[in-house]
Amino acid sequence: MELYFYTMRIVCLLLLILTASCKNESRQNEKAVDLDYNEDFSTVPLEIYDFEGLKPFLKTNTDKTYVVNFWATWCAPCIKELPYFEQLNAAYSDKNVEVILVSLDFPKKYDSHLKPFIKKNNLKSKVVALDDNDSNTWIPAINPDWSGAIPATLIFNKEKRQFYEKTFTYEELETEIKQFLN
Amino acid sequence: MKHIKGIFAVIAIVMLSAFTTVSSGYKIGDIATDFKLKSSDGTSVSLSDYKDAKGFIVIFTCNTCPYSVAYEDRIVALDKKYKGKGYPVIAIMPNNPDVQPQDNMEAMIQRAKSKGFTFPYLMDEGQKISPQYGATKTPEVYVLQKTSKGNQVKYIGAIDDNYQDASAVKSKYVENAVDALLSGQQIKEPQTRAIGCSIKL
Repeated sequence: MELYFYTMRIVCLLLLILTASCKNESRQNEKAVDLDYNEDFSTVPLEIYDFEGLKPFLKTNTDKTYVVNFWATWCAPCIKELPYFEQLNAAYSDKNVEVILVSLDFPKKYDSHLKPFIKKNNLKSKVVALDDNDSNTWIPAINPDWSGAIPATLIFNKEKRQFYEKTFTYEELETEIKQFLN
Repeated sequence: MKHIKGIFAVIAIVMLSAFTTVSSGYKIGDIATDFKLKSSDGTSVSLSDYKDAKGFIVIFTCNTCPYSVAYEDRIVALDKKYKGKGYPVIAIMPNNPDVQPQDNMEAMIQRAKSKGFTFPYLMDEGQKISPQYGATKTPEVYVLQKTSKGNQVKYIGAIDDNYQDASAVKSKYVENAVDALLSGQQIKEPQTRAIGCSIKL
């Protein structure tokens, strides 16, 4: 019996290693976005949460499918894929899909970088900022396989949940979202 | 017995498929590879050069990531505190400078000078080392301990628990890990996670 439990532990461990090794990393060349504004953007509304406050955005009991993208204005690959999330939000809103963009910008950059970015790019998806230093708790809580690198994306509805530590093209996003809409 | 046979079959399948996927890098207890990389001071650096070291604080970091920049002073402080105790900092810049030009060798030299780096700042030329270690982002730390088998991975993760404010740090993960190694204690948190910039390969 002891051997049985011991073996089961090895199996679990191996499965864990295997899932961890299946991450599909694709990285793309991208120029940093120049953010140099003289205007005052501090009045742009922005919801700011710690992880407890963010939790309600990470689960649902409704029939909606949520696409939660973790990004920051300083993250070049994030900025590159952001328009695809905007496009998805527009194209699939009538199919009960909502995109939420969770910014990990530093709080001292909210007024100087994040808010101007939201305004200038006229972001239509809901943007919230996560301000919580205890990343060692909330990163594995969002997904055990997440190394903490961004961009990262979570797609879920009440039945299904999938986490992606990768960059997306629009086609890839569509392929994934369709698996949630069947 | 039947159960056990079945389990071994599962193990075999899992292991086979594991070998066909890309390696996900080191786990705690693995032996880390040595390297010979160009440093911003013009020399080439290998872990084997450090005959008297008890181990290493290997940090994947770069010029361009805001999280790395936020930690620069703390990385210098780590080296100053632990080099004399046998755990020098070895910084490796894992990004491909073709993708991230502000991380090229010239920019690395500039940064090392302006910030007064007391440790080697190495270019991972061809981006061969970070994938072997399994580093995915900057900054990311691997604390290694010299053993008869080689440099064994003892800690993987973040420097501490507050990237924004060094004075508000509650847990100094890397210091705790190295202190534990120095006093022969168990490392309480051998693995931690923090947000970082994806390594640009």
